Parts: sequence; structure tokens; C-alpha cells
Amino acid sequence: MSYDNEQEIDREEKMDAKLWKRIFHYALRNRALFVRILISMLIVAIIDALYPILTRFAIDRFVRPDAAPSTDGLWPFFAVYAALVIVQGFFTTRFISRSGEMEMAISYAIRQEAYLKLQTLSFSYYDKTSAGYLMARMVSDVARLSDMIAWSITDFLWCFFYMIFCFGAMFWFNWKLALIVMAVIPPLALVSLYIQRRILRYQRIARKHNSRITSAFNEGIMGAMTTKTLVREEENAKEFDAITTDMRKASVKASVLSATFFPLVISLGAVGTALALIFGGAGVEATIGGKETFLGVITAGTLVSFINYASSLFDPIQQLAGIFADMQSAQASAERVLSLIDTESEVRDTPEAEEKYGTSMDPKRENWEAIEGDILFDHVDFYYKESEPLLSDFNLHIRAGETIALVGETGAGKSTIVNLICRFYEPKKGRILIDGKDYRERSQLWLQSSLGYVLQSPHLFSGTIRDNIRFGRPDADEESVRRAAAMVHADEFIERQPNGYDTEVGEGGVRLSTGQKQLISFARVILANPQIFVLDEATSSIDTETEQLIQSAINEVLKGRTSIVVAHRLSTIRNADRILVIRNGAIVEQGNHETLLKFGGYYHDLYMHQYKEDAMREALK
Amino acid sequence: MLSSIEVILGIVALYCSSIVTSYTLDWVLLGQDPSLPAWLFDWLKSLGPIGRNYWLCGAFFLLFTVLNGLFTLVRRIHIAKGSERMAKNMRDMLYRKLNAVPYDYHKHVSTGDLVQRCTSDVDTVRKFVTNQLIEIVRIAVMFVVAAVLMFLIRWEMALISMAVMPILTVSSFLYFRYVQKYFTEVDEAEGALSTAVQENLTGVRVVRAFGQQRAEYDKFTALNRDFCKKNVKLVHLLGFYWGSSDAVGYVQIALSLVFGILFYVNTRGSANPFTLGDIYLFLSLTSRLTWPVRQLGRVLADMGKATVSLDRLNEIMNADDETEPGAARTDCDLNGDIAFSHVTFGYDTKNDVLDDISFTAKSGQTIGILGSTGSGKSSLVQLLQRLYPATGGEITINGTPINDINHALLRKNIAIVLQEPFLYSRSIRENIMLTAPEASEAEMIEAAREAAVHDVIEKFADGYDTVVGERGVTLSGGQQQRVAIARALMQKAPIMIFDDSMSAVDTETDAKIREALRRHHGNGILFIISHRITTLCEADQILVLDHGRLVQNGTHEKLLKEEGLYRRIAEIQDFPTEGGEQA
Repeated sequence: MSYDNEQEIDREEKMDAKLWKRIFHYALRNRALFVRILISMLIVAIIDALYPILTRFAIDRFVRPDAAPSTDGLWPFFAVYAALVIVQGFFTTRFISRSGEMEMAISYAIRQEAYLKLQTLSFSYYDKTSAGYLMARMVSDVARLSDMIAWSITDFLWCFFYMIFCFGAMFWFNWKLALIVMAVIPPLALVSLYIQRRILRYQRIARKHNSRITSAFNEGIMGAMTTKTLVREEENAKEFDAITTDMRKASVKASVLSATFFPLVISLGAVGTALALIFGGAGVEATIGGKETFLGVITAGTLVSFINYASSLFDPIQQLAGIFADMQSAQASAERVLSLIDTESEVRDTPEAEEKYGTSMDPKRENWEAIEGDILFDHVDFYYKESEPLLSDFNLHIRAGETIALVGETGAGKSTIVNLICRFYEPKKGRILIDGKDYRERSQLWLQSSLGYVLQSPHLFSGTIRDNIRFGRPDADEESVRRAAAMVHADEFIERQPNGYDTEVGEGGVRLSTGQKQLISFARVILANPQIFVLDEATSSIDTETEQLIQSAINEVLKGRTSIVVAHRLSTIRNADRILVIRNGAIVEQGNHETLLKFGGYYHDLYMHQYKEDAMREALK
Repeated sequence: MLSSIEVILGIVALYCSSIVTSYTLDWVLLGQDPSLPAWLFDWLKSLGPIGRNYWLCGAFFLLFTVLNGLFTLVRRIHIAKGSERMAKNMRDMLYRKLNAVPYDYHKHVSTGDLVQRCTSDVDTVRKFVTNQLIEIVRIAVMFVVAAVLMFLIRWEMALISMAVMPILTVSSFLYFRYVQKYFTEVDEAEGALSTAVQENLTGVRVVRAFGQQRAEYDKFTALNRDFCKKNVKLVHLLGFYWGSSDAVGYVQIALSLVFGILFYVNTRGSANPFTLGDIYLFLSLTSRLTWPVRQLGRVLADMGKATVSLDRLNEIMNADDETEPGAARTDCDLNGDIAFSHVTFGYDTKNDVLDDISFTAKSGQTIGILGSTGSGKSSLVQLLQRLYPATGGEITINGTPINDINHALLRKNIAIVLQEPFLYSRSIRENIMLTAPEASEAEMIEAAREAAVHDVIEKFADGYDTVVGERGVTLSGGQQQRVAIARALMQKAPIMIFDDSMSAVDTETDAKIREALRRHHGNGILFIISHRITTLCEADQILVLDHGRLVQNGTHEKLLKEEGLYRRIAEIQDFPTEGGEQA
């Protein structure tokens, strides 16, 4: 699946030095690794630059065009050559391995940091940011960045050393000829950089068209049935044809451009070789004839080595241009990843609270007070957007052990109250006291560890049924797991599974039905044995019969604990100690089931309406 | 293949540039006979000083390099054009196919899987054709031409210079086959890592509510570490291969150099000496051959992947298209009565979803349909559009069996609105005008008004230009239903079907829409599937379905008098029924 976020595709930015400094910091964190890569590259590049020298030596020493040839020392020469080859092969193996390790070290470090950040970011961030977007940052952006950085460093080192040694050798042999050959380097570098950047731009355009194709396929397949009923097959195909035509044109353009790159670069490089041939050839001829051109003394071996150097120089230049172009195109990825790491959480523990209670990664449980479950909303104001206040001067006291039900229309503020109790959000004004103390004086984990939370759409994690039940208490023994399952009557279906408690639930629990998932999520919360229970419309995905079974179990469990139940189906909250009817962020009715029915207000109407709906559902089943 | 010629010409040009250098060294520099065909050398000699000139050599070197570059350029452009055209055609064919398959097909496939195949599998094949396919040809041509050249000059040296080729080729094949499983392992580890992130993100509430951040972090750390470890393992294998095959390649060059010198020394003064130019030529050919050969194994591995992708695509392309069962007439008039006569239908042969359904809907009538979940209501109206073929009995419109009507004509004359209608991710205007693109703005607004959605749309910042879906505004269920109703109205079809398509619309709006429909629909036939008695009660005929059978059929008044589902529902919904008690 592609998580690529293509929105920022058109941006082309100047290189941001500060950003890259931070990014390269990840690479250089492991100094030893970097030094090893540096040394490997140095050796590999030296030997690469030595080969033409060896050839030169062989020609001048053994072939000797100007004198009688000789084979004296040919085998020792071969031995030295072979030894260098083996040393180089060894260090090639080393540098590839080390660079791979560096790539992984970078991706490991960035991912750990980003993931840690994700564990502490507040819900206001998650409300604004889709899981798909975050996935793209965590998976593809990080992979792209670490790959780019590690191998760019390696490539850069090789190019740098190789060019230095090539230049050095050429200057050493004949600085005048060296200058002539090197005349092609500046235009080569400029052309490379220019074209590489253009190629990247066209590739970006092609990628954009590609994501259009993906969404067109997506829509085409999802809407296939509607397309049929509307007899739109032909029109859709024509529209799709237009998109694939755009894609084809853009891709061909990008390919043509990158195809132009190679001949241009090797032709420019060949100018250098040709210059070496022309001037060097004349120089050698003069040398053999006992005369001298302006180049001075120059041997056949030197000429051959210049030809070799000249024809290999375009390679590092082209690579260097590639590195800069790559960095430019990866800059957007880098920015997005770093901005995730830099995001500040809106709900944070105070330094004092962290001091005493520890962080969510390193809790100091020994300092935690036992929680009783007395919750007090003290003149609380809250909004997600300042222009749309949800709660203002809201007061509510939930006594320890009380069961509270929240009833009201969507958007009335039920979930907001729950979010505030769980400290997923904090009040904008006023405070919330738990056991008589503002919960901001304690840590989030202190509260949330004592919280049992069951959602309308149950969320399971990959792993076995047992893992999922044990989610909140990973050290629970087998017997407790089974007891918790039995309590919500999940044991029957679990034992019918092929592997019982060891059955894999699949990603997100796909191998189970929604009802089964909900039962497991109930068992999970029961095993965690929290002091405060939050049931957020939790029973709506279970059939009526199972619901009745669970209901009795829940009633059992809720005894002696504070619980907050949000429900659409009123049948589930009849036994609540107090039912609060919430409208526009305020409590408009409260009391137990009987009182409210008699009162004949909103609750009564809602109840009667639901009664009919249930009757309908029953009749149509 | 045209590109093969470009490959050959390119390689010949490349080798010619090496020969120019060799000629320069031998003849121009040292005055020795170069390794050239006799006629060419004779001709060059006849040129005198012009033929023995460094500038000429430099110019020819440049010329051949440029020619090599140009042939490469042309080849790559040809291949890019060809493969992109191929990819485009594949995508178009797939898209058409997915629209041409029967309705039923899409009920049994997963969207994600199909999209995956249509995008990444096509891309895998395209990449293989662009990058790898021609590479096989190129390596083969390079090898053959180089071999011929070397054998012509000196066969002993040719053998020595190609000594390690078999080793490199075989080890490349073996290596890439061996390393495949490590690639798979890395992929799987990455998949596990992504899944963990995904689950953590979607389950963030659960994680926080149970205070399990630490455990989640530890789990992620373990997976992250595992992924890195496997990747490092793979890169070590890669490093070893590239390092050792590098060494083997350079040993080959060293061998060519040393034996070249030996031949040079030993053949000096003979009739056919091995020259300095020859040494250079052999060295340059050898080094050009060694590197691509190491890649051969990878080409093969990629070919395997491309084959798998092609198979997956073929699976889609081999699906059967929807067919016309009968005469496919396009000349029939569909303004007239609809008659179901003993119609049966089942998705498979075992279970009948509809059993012996007979009724007649007269021109101008509204037919209400009521039934429990799974009673076959939707199937009944889908049969009418022939989205599924009836397995028994006959359906006729204005006397023509629908099996004999061209499916496009049939569907254009029947407008259907589903309970969860699909809107395309484009503007609301385009969505509504989808079935009548040439209609005027006024007609579109009229349709939106009738569907009671005009006021809602006007309130959007972009009005009718608001884009629906993914990247645009999310419409509520009721708004989607009403846009779909407007779209259906634009179709101006004589037959309209509302498959529970006002369920998310409130009762008043529902009544408004129905009134508008009645006013404008004239002689058309209206099918309305609903659970609302207020909706059904005005129908001329109400069909009550139970487990695929038509159990009751009549007007509101008639059905209220009968014992049955209709009266039960009416009672629940507080409709005054004779003899019934209120709930």
C-alpha cells in the first residue's frame, strides 16, 4: 500500500541548512561507525585511483615502447595487483555492510523518537491528523530519509577521495596535461546538476499522475456497481483514458530527460579523453623521439593512465550532482518527520508531577496514591475550537462507586465529558478533581492506569486472544484471563475457536466478528480491574441476547466502582444510579430511570421512540 | 525488436571508441600495425600524415562516444515510450474490464486487493520491461561482440580474458536466488512494523486508557530492532557479494594485463605481434564486460517477480464479461407496464432468494415494497435492471422480456437509488449531471430542489462546486442520499427505484420529495422500498416480501385489514388500524 502523501509534491525549496544539520546529526551519532565507513571509503578510493597507476607502471616497466620489453618482475607485479584487489574487495564488503548498518541506525533512531512522541501526543493532535498521514511519516518518509542519508554519505566520501587522488596522480605525472583534461569538469558538474534537478521535477509530476491513477482505480472499483446502474462504463473509461494518457506523457518526458542525461555526460567526459589523446599522444611521440613538447617528458604509460582517469572522472561528478538533487527532493520528507518529532503535546504532566509520579515511559508506581474514583467537575469550560464552546461553567460531582449514565444527541457533549474525565483533554477553564485533588497535579498515567475504557467499535491488536485480554495487565496468569473471559461470557466462543485462547485475531481483530471483538474488549477491561469504568456506547455492537448476558456481568463488576456509561440504547442504563440528560453542554434532566420516565421530558420521549425502533427491528428480523 | 538494433549499434560505437584509442597507441604513436581490418588500415595509411594525426584520433574518439550516447538515448526513449504505452494500455484494459464484469463480481472481491494489483503489479511489469528486459539483450550483445573482437585479434588472449565470466555468471544466479528469501524476510519484518504502528495509531484511545504506552513502546522497539537486524543481515550478504565479485572482476583485469604483457613480449618481431594497443583494447573490453555480468542474477530475480505480477493481472483479465442473454434490442419502448411472472432467483443453486414472484405494475403506478432484512427486496429491483439474471420465470416491460432488451437501454430507462449511494469524488454539480451531461444549470437546480437538497448545497462555501469525498467535504448520509436522488431525477427515466434510499432523510423531507416525484413522474412507474408506513401508504400497490416470497399484495387500506407484517409495522408506527391496538 502506498502511504505517500503527495500534497506537498509541487513544493520546491531552497536547501535548508539547519534542517540537514539536524538530519546528519542522526547519521553521525555513531562516530565509530562513521569513522569505519570513512576509512573503508578512503582505502577503496585510493585503490580505485591506483589501478591506472599500476597500468602505467606495467606499460613503462614491462612493455617499454621506447626500449626492449622485459618481463622482469611481472609475477611480483601480478601478486601486488592481486593483493590490492583483495584488500579492496574486503573493504568494499565492509563499507557496504557499514553503510547498511548506518542506514538502519538512522531509521531505528528516528522511528524510535517519532514513535515515542506519538505515545505522548495529546488527542487534540490525533483529532487533527489522520492515521494515514502519520503512517506515511513513520514508514515511507523515514525509510527514504535514512536510505538517502547513509548512502549519500558513502557516495560522497568515495567521490571526494577518488577525485582527490585522481587529480593528485594526474598532477603528479604531468600537471599541464592534468589541467587540460580537467577543463571539462566545471561544465560537466553544471550540466549534471541542472539536468538531475529537472529530472526530479518531472519524476515528481509523474508521481502525482500516478496517485491520480490510484484514486481513479479506487473509485472505479468502489463505484463499479453504481457505474453499472448508471450505464457510465464508457464515459468512465474515457475519463480514465485521459488520466492514463497524462501519466504516459509525463513518464515519457521524465524518461526522455533522464535518457538525455547519460549521452550528454559521457560525451562531455569524452572530450577530456580526446584531449588526453591529442596532447598526450603528441607528447609521448616527442618523448620517444628524444624531443619535448610543451608538456615536457611524458611516457606511454602516463598517456594510458590519463586516458583511464579522464574516462572515469564523469562518474563521481555525476554522482555528486545526484546526491544534491536527492537531498533536495528528500527535504520535504525530512521536514515532515522532524516536525512530527518537534510537535509539543497539549496535555502534559507538570515537572513536579513527573518528578513524583514518573513519566508514562518510566512510572514511579511506588509513589502513586490508590485511586478511589471521586470525580468533580469544578466550573469547567471546554471547547475544541474557541468559536464553538461546548461546556461552560459545567459542574458535576460523581461520587466514588456511583454509576452515571450520559444520554443525549450526537454532539450534545457526552464524549467531551468522557474525554475530560480520561484526561484525553484538559479543561480550558476550571478544574477537574479526582479524589479531591486537581488531576493536573498528578501524572496522566496515574489516572489512566486506573481507567477501564470500552469503546463503541472495539479495537483489538494483532496477536492471540489471550494477548488481547491481557493487554492492560500483561503479567496476568492464565486463571485470571479465563475468569475475566467467563465473566462476560466470552469463554464459550473462545473455546470454540480452533486454538482457543491462542487463536490469532488478525490485524485489528479482522478474524473475529464485531460482537466477539466487543466481548474480548470487555474481558480485557475486567482483567485490568480499574477503579473507574468508562463504557462508551459499548454494547451497541452486540446482539440483544448477548447484551443481556453481559449486562448482568457488568452490573456485577460495576459494584463499588465509579462508572460512566454513554449509551444510545437506553435499555442498557436502566440500572444506573443517576442518568444525566445532556443538551448543548448542560445537564437538563437528572435522576434514575423511573424518576425521569415519570418526569415526562426529553428522556421520556427518547425512551418511547427507542421502544418503537426496537419493536420495528424485532418485527423485521 | 527495434531496440535491439540500437543496442547493437550502441555497443559497436562503444567498442569503436576503444579501438580508436588502440589505433592511436599503435600506429599514430608507435608506428606499429594496429589490429584493424587490412583494407581499413591500408586506406588510413594511404591518407599519409592525415591518417596519422592525434587530432583525427581525438575527433573520432569523441564521435564514437557521442554515437554510443545517441544510440543509447534513442534506445531508452523507444523503450520508455513502448513500456509507458504498454502500461497505459494495461491500465485502460484493467479499468474497462473491471467495469465490464458482471455486478456480482464486485461483491466477491476486495477493493484493496484489486487496487493493489492494478497499480503496483502493473508497475512491477512496467519496471521490468523498462529496465531489465533490454538489459538481458544488452549483456548478451556486449558479450558476443566483445568475444568476436577478441577472438579475431588473438584467441588465446580471448579465452584468458573471459576466464572468470562463467564463474561470475553462475555465482550471480546462485546468489540472487539465495538472497531472495532474505529480501522476503525484510519485507515481512517491515510489514510487521507497519502493522504495529497502524494498530497503535488507530487504537490510541485504548492504549492510553489502559496506560500501556510503555508496553506498546517496548513492542515497537522489538519490532524495529528485528527489522533493522534483518536488514543489516541482508546488507551484509549484499556487501559480501559485491565485494567479492568486485575482487573477481579486478583479478580478471589483472590477468588480462599480465598475460597481455607476456604476449606482447613473446610476439615482438613476429609476423603478427600483440601490440600495446591490443593490451589496452583487451583491458577496456574486459572491464566493460565484468560489471554487467554480475547483474544477470538480479535480472532473473526481477523476472520472477514480474511473472508473478503478470499472473495476478491475468486473473483479473480472465474474468468473464457481462453478456447479453437475448436479442439485445435497442428499439423497444419501455413506457409501459412491468410484469413479473413466476420469477425465481438465487445467488447460488441451493438457496432461492426470490421464489415464484408474480405481479404487474401499471403505467403511472407507485409500488411500495416492505420486507424484513434478507427477504429479497433489493434482489427484486436489481433483477429489473438485470444486474443479476433471473433464474426462472420472466420479467417483461411493455410486453418485451427484459432479457431481450439491450442492457444499456434497459438501465438508462431505470433510475435506481441505493440505500448507501456512491458519489464520485468530484463536484456536486458533476455528480448530479452525471446521467445528463448536456442538461442546463436550471434543470440541475430543479432536480436538486425536488430532491430537497438545493438549500443544503447553497449553504456550502463552494455551492454546487463543492467536491465530494476523500479530499472534499464529507456529506452526511441523508445528504448523500438526496444528491443521489437528484442524480437519478436527471436521468428522466420512465422507471425509478428507491431502494430504502430515504432512510437517512427525515419524515417531512421524505414526504416533500415524494410529492415532487409524483408531480413530475406522470406515467412512469415508481418502486419504493421502505420501512416507513407514511412512505408506503400512498402507494398504489404494496408488496410484502417474506423469505423471498410475495406474501401480501395490495393497497394500504387492504393490507391494514389483513393479519401480517404490514399491519404489525403500522401498529408500531402508531397508524390507526382497525382492530389493532396502539403501542
